[in-house]
Amino acid sequence: MLYREAGQFKTTYAEDMAIFPIRQDRIALAILLGIAFIGVPLLATFHVWPFGSDYLLWAILLPFLILALAAIGTNILVGYCGQISLGSGAFMAIGAYSAYKLATGVHIPFAWLGFAISIPPLPVLASILLGGLMAAGVGILFGIPSLRIKGLYLAVATLAAQFFFDWAFLRIPWFTNYAPSGSVNAPALDFFGLVVRTPVERYLLCLLFVTVMTVLAKNLVRSNLGRQWMAIRDMDIAAELIGIRPLYAKLTAFAVSSFIVGVAGALWAFVYLGSWEPLAFSIDRSLQLLFMVIIGGLGSIMGSFVGAAFILIVPIMLNLVPTELGVPLSTQTITHLEFIIFGSLICYLLIKEPHGFARLISIGKEKLRLWPFPY
Amino acid sequence: MRAPDTNEIMLQVDGIALAFGGVRALRDVTFNIRRGEIRAIIGPNGAGKTSLLNVVNGFYHPNHGAITFKGRTRARMQPFEAARGGIARTFQNVALFKGMSALDNIMAGRTLKVRRGLLWQMLRYGPALAEEREHRHRVEEIIDFLEIEAIRKVPVGRLPYGLQKRVELGRALAMEPDLLLLDEPMAGMNLEEKEDMSRFIIDVNSHYGTTIALIEHDMAVVMDLSDRVAVLDHGIKIADGTPDEVKKSQAVIEAYLGVAH
Repeated sequence: MLYREAGQFKTTYAEDMAIFPIRQDRIALAILLGIAFIGVPLLATFHVWPFGSDYLLWAILLPFLILALAAIGTNILVGYCGQISLGSGAFMAIGAYSAYKLATGVHIPFAWLGFAISIPPLPVLASILLGGLMAAGVGILFGIPSLRIKGLYLAVATLAAQFFFDWAFLRIPWFTNYAPSGSVNAPALDFFGLVVRTPVERYLLCLLFVTVMTVLAKNLVRSNLGRQWMAIRDMDIAAELIGIRPLYAKLTAFAVSSFIVGVAGALWAFVYLGSWEPLAFSIDRSLQLLFMVIIGGLGSIMGSFVGAAFILIVPIMLNLVPTELGVPLSTQTITHLEFIIFGSLICYLLIKEPHGFARLISIGKEKLRLWPFPY
Repeated sequence: MRAPDTNEIMLQVDGIALAFGGVRALRDVTFNIRRGEIRAIIGPNGAGKTSLLNVVNGFYHPNHGAITFKGRTRARMQPFEAARGGIARTFQNVALFKGMSALDNIMAGRTLKVRRGLLWQMLRYGPALAEEREHRHRVEEIIDFLEIEAIRKVPVGRLPYGLQKRVELGRALAMEPDLLLLDEPMAGMNLEEKEDMSRFIIDVNSHYGTTIALIEHDMAVVMDLSDRVAVLDHGIKIADGTPDEVKKSQAVIEAYLGVAH
């Protein structure tokens, strides 16, 4: 390790409770945020290397940010509260379609009652957040079975949510405003007069969302509610005996998780895709998010970022590296290689290190702290 | 400061019967716990001691009988309601939250004392932060008391058994319970660890005035610690009284040593 905590004495519990108790970590984080908020946009605006084209922003950074956010949501449910969910894609879809409906105006005719519910088109920001809330509501609904069933059976119940909403958004034309092709277009991204158009602006918008929501999520998991979730995950009987209500703990985990995933879904649709169809949120998406969480680290916010980066970057590397080496692979081979790498990695991590890369990193840090002496 | 030995009954268990299919774990057990005392429950293996504790904190629902705690009689209740009423509990096989640090385990014990909700905790600002610090302060007092400062940040799964038992006691103490149920707090410990644990139990009782009910197999510990002892055998209470009275009871000697037929 290049640095250690020697000489940094904490004199209050508040200092000890900080996310990064070591000064060097805080400096590193500040530099990272500086690069993300100032460096990247500057370089990209003036098209300086490596931002010569928009490829890096569009194909890597934007999806990375949004999927990392969705992975945080999934991690809260699966990693922190221990409730396995295969429905993350569905909750992204609910966020996306709710935001779409709210942004284009909702009209529900109750013909037989002689009146209709009409909501005028809402601003984009309100639509995205309300889309998240809608996902949270549906999440609570699908979380109710978790009070009775656990593990594999719960996974199947959430899988039902996935298939149901896939079907609903494909077959019920009301959701897509009766678009004949089934594909819908996002409204203009107008934030109080500021219209987000270029890739750099889109990147900054997502970065802002991700930063704020990461801080809020981190605060939750290190507060009492986060401890309640982990207690339910580790030993639900003992949790109940110290006064934790399983109903409250599980349903809040479902709500918070679905909210974050729903907002990520709305961002994915509005900011990244622009126009989309239900296929964008299929079971593949749910599995991808689950892989990110398992590979990155169950029960770790940082792990969600690591996992998202890994899952996104491996296919790109598989594409680039052999080409650079002069042995271009066919697209099919790359897809197969992807499956092989992810599959074997997940098996390996589940057996050897269920807490994923995040735990490997922290073990590495601990070892390096004492290096070169083992004790 | 030892809580004055009033004769106030804190917990009254009346005619409890509990059966699992054909197995009658408890048969018409009646006993009580007075405020401020250390009450031991002993008996051979399978006598129904743990079942009795499970009935008291709502984990099992008895088939017959009533339980009166702090003047309120109840038929059915959920474990978290028992916790809310002020009953804390440790387990025979340690039941800690393995993935969390010792500190977080004990902090989780403060759940019932947390006032600020989801949104405040999310913002972690102002009153929520002040509350979190206040809880941390209380938890640090318990950590001090149990002499586990050095391991507060260690995931409990990595701790040796004796320390895990201590963390579990800490988690129960963090609830500031009126009644503390200890299920074999010294099982599997060596002599020194037993002495430490006995000291903690006596200190909890005298310092915080907590009423304690404990199950234990080590007779020397039981006879030294407890004010009154109840003896169970095959789900029936066969003796009840001060350690000296119980020691002399013919039924107890027969239960433990067997009878010549």
